[in-house]
Amino acid sequence: MAEIASQKAPADTPPPVEMVRVRINDMDVDVPKTHPDPLTGKPVPTTMIQACEQYGVEVPHYCYHPKLPVAGNCRMCLVEYGLPALDRNRQPILNDDGSPKVQKMPRPAIACATPISPGMEIYTDSPGTIEMRQSVLEFLLINHPLDCPICDQAGECKLQEYSYEHGQSESRFVEKKVHKPKQVDLGPRIMLDDERCILCSRCIRFSRDIAGDDALGFVNRGSYNTLAAYPGRSFDNNYTLNTVDLCPVGALTSKDFRFKMRAWFLKETKSLCNSCGTGCNTLVGTREEVIYRQEPRENNAVNSSWMCDYGRLNYKWQSSENRLKTVTAMRGDIREVLNWSQLLGEIIPRLQRFQPGQIAFIGSGQMSTEEVFLFKSLAEKMGGLVEAYSSSGESDRLLLNADRLPNTNGLRIHHFTTSGQISPSSTHISEGIKKGAIKALFVIREDVTAHGISIDLLESLELLVVSDIHRTPATDVAHYVLPGAAHFEKRGTFVNVKGRIQKFMKAVEAPGDARPEWEFLHEILHKATGQNGFSTIEGLFNLMAQKVSALHGLTWASLGDLGVQIEIPDSR
Amino acid sequence: MIVERKELTLLEKTYLPGIAQGIRITTKHFIDTVTGRRKVTMQYPEEKWTVPDGYRGAPYLVKDQEGRTKCVSCQLCEFICPPKAIKITPPGPSVNSALGGVEKCPEDFEINMLRCIFCGMCQEVCPEEAIFLMRDYSLTGESREEMIYHKDKLLTLGGTHQDAIQKWKKKESEAQAQAPFH
Amino acid sequence: MTLAELLISTLKIVGLISVVLPLIAYSVVAERRISAAIQDRVGPNRVGPFGLLQPLADGVKFLLKEDFTPSYVNKVYFWMAPALAMIPSFVVFAVIPFGSMLFGEKMVVADLNVGILFTFAIVSLSVYGIVLAGYASNSKYPFLGGIRSSAQMISYEIAMGMSVIPLFMLTSDPVFFSQGLSESWNQFLMGTSDLNLSRIIAYQSGSFFDWLIFKQPLAFIIFLAAAFAETNRLPFDLPESETELVAGYHTEYSSMKFALFFLGEYAAMIAASSLMVVLFLGGWSLPLWGLDQPADNVFLGLLHIIIFFSKVSLFMVFFIWIRWTLPRFRYDQLMNLGWKRFLPLSLANIIVTAIWLWFKS
Repeated sequence: MAEIASQKAPADTPPPVEMVRVRINDMDVDVPKTHPDPLTGKPVPTTMIQACEQYGVEVPHYCYHPKLPVAGNCRMCLVEYGLPALDRNRQPILNDDGSPKVQKMPRPAIACATPISPGMEIYTDSPGTIEMRQSVLEFLLINHPLDCPICDQAGECKLQEYSYEHGQSESRFVEKKVHKPKQVDLGPRIMLDDERCILCSRCIRFSRDIAGDDALGFVNRGSYNTLAAYPGRSFDNNYTLNTVDLCPVGALTSKDFRFKMRAWFLKETKSLCNSCGTGCNTLVGTREEVIYRQEPRENNAVNSSWMCDYGRLNYKWQSSENRLKTVTAMRGDIREVLNWSQLLGEIIPRLQRFQPGQIAFIGSGQMSTEEVFLFKSLAEKMGGLVEAYSSSGESDRLLLNADRLPNTNGLRIHHFTTSGQISPSSTHISEGIKKGAIKALFVIREDVTAHGISIDLLESLELLVVSDIHRTPATDVAHYVLPGAAHFEKRGTFVNVKGRIQKFMKAVEAPGDARPEWEFLHEILHKATGQNGFSTIEGLFNLMAQKVSALHGLTWASLGDLGVQIEIPDSR
Repeated sequence: MIVERKELTLLEKTYLPGIAQGIRITTKHFIDTVTGRRKVTMQYPEEKWTVPDGYRGAPYLVKDQEGRTKCVSCQLCEFICPPKAIKITPPGPSVNSALGGVEKCPEDFEINMLRCIFCGMCQEVCPEEAIFLMRDYSLTGESREEMIYHKDKLLTLGGTHQDAIQKWKKKESEAQAQAPFH
Repeated sequence: MTLAELLISTLKIVGLISVVLPLIAYSVVAERRISAAIQDRVGPNRVGPFGLLQPLADGVKFLLKEDFTPSYVNKVYFWMAPALAMIPSFVVFAVIPFGSMLFGEKMVVADLNVGILFTFAIVSLSVYGIVLAGYASNSKYPFLGGIRSSAQMISYEIAMGMSVIPLFMLTSDPVFFSQGLSESWNQFLMGTSDLNLSRIIAYQSGSFFDWLIFKQPLAFIIFLAAAFAETNRLPFDLPESETELVAGYHTEYSSMKFALFFLGEYAAMIAASSLMVVLFLGGWSLPLWGLDQPADNVFLGLLHIIIFFSKVSLFMVFFIWIRWTLPRFRYDQLMNLGWKRFLPLSLANIIVTAIWLWFKS
């Protein structure tokens, strides 16, 4: 995994000098002679399937995966090919017009494991190739249960797609199918349906070579050949759910997503994982404002094609009962529900009543870079201490980072905290409140009670404004509560631990009256200081990029889907 | 094309032959109807109509001969339904052994009969022959909620389908017949 | 007028209205059932036996409907118009002799010597209701309906008036009234003059062929057609003309105000039928079994009233039948018929009658 993380995006690779000319169907193409090995990164000979892929010629395949070692056991990528004919002196035989004569090979080859050679001709749509695909599919379908109406993979199933494109419309198989075990409990997050398995071994190779947990293997022989976890072992590493993505059919299913929603209903939104500082790129599958699953999105500079189970399943807080859905204010002992314009009308004059130094601001690494920018601007205008706290967990040395906040570097590029430090608990502010110097506190996305500011201290404040997405002890005592939006519910950017600034898009609507923090921060800032100049997140980002040195020259559009590497000023 | 307007005769200009002819026709119809010689209207609630074969009435769910719910919650009908009258709640990951070997069956199946346009696409798209447009054409209720038919009601109204394939039974017997696994 | 006379007149009015109003209601039922039968339908048959309580249901429905007054209407006229459409039709009944004698009283509310003139005067008022409705609605379709109605009613009133002149030329025969009548008739007609409607009935007593429908068939046809036009019934319902004008003059009306127009139309039909029965079909008399003489007992008196309303009912059925038989005339055809056919024909009828009377004398 370390290698994967260090892998550079294709655009960054220096082109290998040596190119090989081959012919794919009727197209002459130049292909690099070698490709980096997916695991070691060392150059290995380019295969036929890589050459075809590079020029957009589809070769159907099951067991081949660009990020995994080649196994060559599904036989789906069989193609016919030809090589320059040689005479007995190993000199090329020429045609009448002087071109080398190409001789079609008598037997096909699997495109995933056959290296290219100069002058090679690959026939991906010859009658022989098409017939072979049909036959391979027919064999694969012999024991396949054909329960597509039940199967979760339906709609994104390679077996389904290739049967439709390359298979036969009717089965000639009249014998009884072999019934393999169903609903096999492979691990805490994985359920296996062995009947559906086409024995491609992608999951085995992933667990062994990428996740480093050699837990899976085939048992039995012939028709009874079956995928299983090794006896006495549970398939429970932190990367098991990637095998569900890898599985070309519906054999490995996620217990979390199993029988929850059909794939074709899901709207997929490009997003980021906010569970740690790695910032894995994700696709969020939603339907009618409900999040059903997260899947990794390929970004070779960050997470390759994988993500950890912890981050993948860490989305349910978005729809928790505990979400704040109303704007409220404390009136004596009673919490009153307000609307946003009432709240902003009250809160701004009250904030402005305090002298610089009497007010303090606490942000969080859960805020987007834009929100940090706005909050920092507000703090600078008002004058006061600014703090943010770190949150760390155990790193698994693969994708899960010890920094459990997605945007700690976003705080750093804005020089957010007054002290320049992001420590686990409060120092100056808690002391300031104790001394009575700090009379007002504005907190966003942080449960300060977990960072050294006790409820008693909070209650001693003259004004406590808290914005969060969940109810916390702090929101219970706050004078004003501003419900914020989760990153699924707004657009913005995070800067990951390696200093890559990446965009996330809006997948669902925020519940109730909850609003993206940057919207209300913008309004507060605008009303309090007159700063303005944008109304969209694009405008806000572009404004921020002009003012923050680390982001100079960037625009919202230039971030693209995969983000941009930036310099983190004081990261070490 | 120009059609020449026919010149009326003097008699016709008095309108009298026309009026007489009209009265003759209406009188004939009047007498035929009053004497019951011509009967068109059906006195609906008392007299009922024979629903023809192939009639597209209300869609209901069916069970197979052994009482298993045929629907496997594939949600294709929900997908195809033009007025979005169908809403299926999938079962989720828990395994329910009470279903008699059925791997998947909907947690709930709602058809909003107020939205349904009786087009029959759900029946056409269903890969399991689990939903059929039956003969009911007169659906009534006292509230909108009552007109949303849930799974149990749909299954009761749908009854049993004489299923030629009996997929679950076949799978079960095949699995029992094969050599023991492992 | 003494108190007794006032009381008697009131009783007559109440009695007459209590017959006419149900007659209107059941005309509506008859219309719906007959039209249904003509069109191979069933018609209202659910309320009460054979749907006979339908008028009750209709009435309740009219009362319970929202009485909607659009914001842009001229409120005063808008409220006045339905009443103006209804009242003249009822006032016409004042001079119609709907029976001979009962308890020694003549069965007519106001035994006016200018009877026929009175009816024409009142009938011409009913156009105001419609014109006013069209004008007050402040909306294009009612307005067009109102305009059409005024033109149509004025046109046909002339033909109608002309068509009855020959009748009175015939009935103002002094010889007949001094010699040809029985003692009871002479006593009945005591103190009446030429234009009194009772004299027309007296003139038609004797035999069926004394009925003016046989003596003046042309006058009858013209009067009949004009009556259709005056009551806005098909084939002359251009003021309403739902295919062109939505609902014509009462497009903007709802609930009870609409009901008043509706009732007014049927009341006008009954009034026109009554007038035709009196003028052409011998009124309450029947030249059989001595029923053409004024009654001298209660039984005969009641029988005469029954005869009268039976004849009226026959006309109502005829009105209804024609509506479901004939298509609507085009507007220019309507005007042609009124001005170019009926008016000259009725004038010619007067002259021919005059020549015949002169020749006879």
